[in-house]
Amino acid sequence: MAKKNFKVVNQPVKKLDALPLALGKPLFVADFKPADALYAKLLWSPHAHAIIKSIDISAAEKMPGVHCVLYHGNVPRIAHTTAGQGFPEPSPYDTFMFDRKVRYVGDRVAAVAAETPEIAEAAVKAIKVEYERLEPVLSIEAALKEGSPVIHDEPEARAVIPVPYEPKKNIAARVGMDVGNVEQAMAGAPYKLDNSYYIHMAQHCPIEPHVTMAHVNAEGRLVIRTSTQVPFHARRIAAQTMDIPVQQVRVIKPRIGGGFGAKQEVLLEDVVGMLAWRSRRPVLLMYTREEEFVSSRTRHPERIRVRLAADPEGTLTAVGLDCISNTGAYGAHALTVVCNSGSKVLPLYRAPNVHFTGTAVYTNLPVGGAYRGYGATQAAFAVESAVDELAEQIGVDPLVLRSNHHIRSGETSPVFAALGEGKAGVEQAIGSCGLDKCIRLGAKAIGWKKRGDWRKKKGRYRRGIGMCCLMQGSSIPEIDMGAASLKMNEDGSFNLLMGATDLGTGSDTVLAQIAAEAIGTTSDKILVYSSDTDMTPFDVGAYASSTTYLTGNAVLDAGLKIKKQILGVAAEMMEKKPADLEIRDAQVFARDGSGSVTFQDVALHSLYAANQFQIAAISSHISHKSPPPFAAHFAEVEVDTETGLIRVVKYVAATDCGTAIHPKLAEGQVEGAVMNGICYALTEQYLFNSAGRMLNDSFLHYKIYSMRDKPEMVTILVPTYEKTGPFGAKSVSEIGINGPCPAIANAIYNAVGVRLREAPFTPEKIWRGLQQHNA
Amino acid sequence: MSTTRTITFTLNGKKRDFQIAPGELLVKLLRRSGLTGTKEGCDEGTCGACTVNVDGRAVLSCIMPAFLAHGRNVVTIEGVGDFDRVHPIQQALVDAGAVQCGYCTPGLVMSAKAMFEENPAASDEDIRVHTDGNLCRCTGYEKIWTALRNVRDANKPAQA
Repeated sequence: MAKKNFKVVNQPVKKLDALPLALGKPLFVADFKPADALYAKLLWSPHAHAIIKSIDISAAEKMPGVHCVLYHGNVPRIAHTTAGQGFPEPSPYDTFMFDRKVRYVGDRVAAVAAETPEIAEAAVKAIKVEYERLEPVLSIEAALKEGSPVIHDEPEARAVIPVPYEPKKNIAARVGMDVGNVEQAMAGAPYKLDNSYYIHMAQHCPIEPHVTMAHVNAEGRLVIRTSTQVPFHARRIAAQTMDIPVQQVRVIKPRIGGGFGAKQEVLLEDVVGMLAWRSRRPVLLMYTREEEFVSSRTRHPERIRVRLAADPEGTLTAVGLDCISNTGAYGAHALTVVCNSGSKVLPLYRAPNVHFTGTAVYTNLPVGGAYRGYGATQAAFAVESAVDELAEQIGVDPLVLRSNHHIRSGETSPVFAALGEGKAGVEQAIGSCGLDKCIRLGAKAIGWKKRGDWRKKKGRYRRGIGMCCLMQGSSIPEIDMGAASLKMNEDGSFNLLMGATDLGTGSDTVLAQIAAEAIGTTSDKILVYSSDTDMTPFDVGAYASSTTYLTGNAVLDAGLKIKKQILGVAAEMMEKKPADLEIRDAQVFARDGSGSVTFQDVALHSLYAANQFQIAAISSHISHKSPPPFAAHFAEVEVDTETGLIRVVKYVAATDCGTAIHPKLAEGQVEGAVMNGICYALTEQYLFNSAGRMLNDSFLHYKIYSMRDKPEMVTILVPTYEKTGPFGAKSVSEIGINGPCPAIANAIYNAVGVRLREAPFTPEKIWRGLQQHNA
Repeated sequence: MSTTRTITFTLNGKKRDFQIAPGELLVKLLRRSGLTGTKEGCDEGTCGACTVNVDGRAVLSCIMPAFLAHGRNVVTIEGVGDFDRVHPIQQALVDAGAVQCGYCTPGLVMSAKAMFEENPAASDEDIRVHTDGNLCRCTGYEKIWTALRNVRDANKPAQA
């Protein structure tokens, strides 16, 4: 395939849904609320760890306007996972629609559907619950202590794939690998470090909270409209949990108001579906912002030990990583997130000795889940901080140390084969890698040469520059599948039906571009419909940086099939051989210049004239590789040495995502991820009281950045060509969030010599670090 | 319930009567009246998705009691533009690639509209201040920033 002669791909075409969205058209779940819909409300546990001794729902049930009350006593008891992953899921079955035990403040106790939100709220309050409180387990250390209370003592808790699962020890997952011997390499090494890092809990904060609406249609089937990244997993898991056959359930995904992984969770579909199924009325449930913080999903915090060693020449000889993640009350994504802390970070640097362990522990805190970066964010902070620390020990520029050791085209890493998602990984050699250029261009844009040594910096306000290198993946190889269906309409337009899930990323547009490029038309001729389990073919959904790479290949293949059919019809019309024809700009031309037909002519002929048939194709794609996108990030910060206040002055992100199918959207992915990463590094954090209750469940007290906080941002896309990707594309959506924590930590050190190994980097921590210096 | 009362205000150019419940918030009234372009993201005045214009000023409709709209002039996103009459702010956001999930976009448009109507030559600092209350988790604000400065720059010749 020609690399550069793109007509639609790599062009900033119109984003298909941008204008309707800017006009405020009804496109989101709650916008479809019928007038007779009931409102659902949930009753949440006020205790971090307790047994429900009794529940009395009679007063709530009797209230006028209340149509349905659900609790553990009147719904099926089916152990499942809320993690929207492929089947069988790598996350343990440790969750019930409602349980007799509550495991964190904000755990689900009961649900009400009523005529108005006010009645639903009053009914929730009228439910009487008697709890027997148990000792809460509120940290990784407490969870692992001998004799710690067991959070999942229910007999049903189990792993459904053969992986270690030890709930009696509060361990939700374990994984590991060794190549060579890190201990030995450390023992004799002239340069080495063995440090511990901690990275914190955070919330995705989609501006549209979780929202689901369900009704029973005229055929008696349950229709669930929901803001989900995983419509097919949502159908499967909701059906399983409600004990309703899959064929009775239809899941429709309209536009989604942001997800970032939070909506890779089957969180509300089961309970809203059950309320609608029982009440036979449409039911709407939208989380409040407080609920989104407490009772949605979070980034798994991790305690990470990094060991690095280098020989006398400063060549890296060992990388060791031990990650313990806090999965909270349930094991959603517990195994795979901590596994990705190894698999998406360790391959970046060549070293003969590699060690990794990942452990996920249960605690009585909000539940971990998928969050953009997915374990890589956590480990990148630790490893990229440690690389800077080792560089200082060796006395080498950290940029040079990284440049000398990072993986390159044609190279492989034993980590790829060792670490998969719940099973062994898939061996792969790196195809495209533009990391060298990312480092070079990024360093130039930030002014790397001017950074200097912190010991020579003076004055109250001191500036510093830090960097990091990153990789991610593109889909989960040999596991993920995406399919696409294309058909031609009589005016030469095409319907592209996909299970792939545009959650605001613009994937509908990107995939339309791929279809248009493959067929030989323009993207405005592609009418995209995604996703609807009754109408569109299967797709695992929007996660693991997969849509462009994975579904894109399915779309490309379907497009090429369509092209072949168009050429066949045109050949019949023009009395030529298909090989003597070519497609340009939605027309078929005879190569000898003897004539042409338009796509409309072809479509009309195929539908009405002779040998009629529907020009249509369906293709499925599974990936055999997960080619990493690469990035080099650079942050310039200014630290106020009197207060510890830190300001990001400038941020440069240089990213190799292969061919950017839509450069503006690709930049948007990087910019959004970087900004999210910056406030994660500096201001976002969960604050809990001693009983495990979140204290700052509001945007007033959980600070995400706004327009005024935006630093100068430079986004550089470094084009490469990934041969296995559609038109050379790799992923871009996740990688950007991994950079700010390490780049800013390294910049703070460069500014004032304070090494922060616990995120977020609050002024207090910096100030305390400065005081230690001065002492 | 008998406690409802009637208020009158101008909504997107038309004077209309509305039955409201005690304590009903403007965003709830708008959305149940079929104007779903005004979004709910926090219900506590912190995210900006519910921004509308009341007498030309940007107002958070999730913390404004509906009765306060009585006698006033309310404009929602539905009153700003449509497919056949796209507002320059909407067009600029679309062109700059500033619309990702789009959930915050209507509120942002309303904040920007109020700002530019008061001051077509809004400074960079004005733009920062007036859109500071419109949280966006998708874009990192970079393309929104570009779009709004483009609107301002396009306004300038008209001023001169």
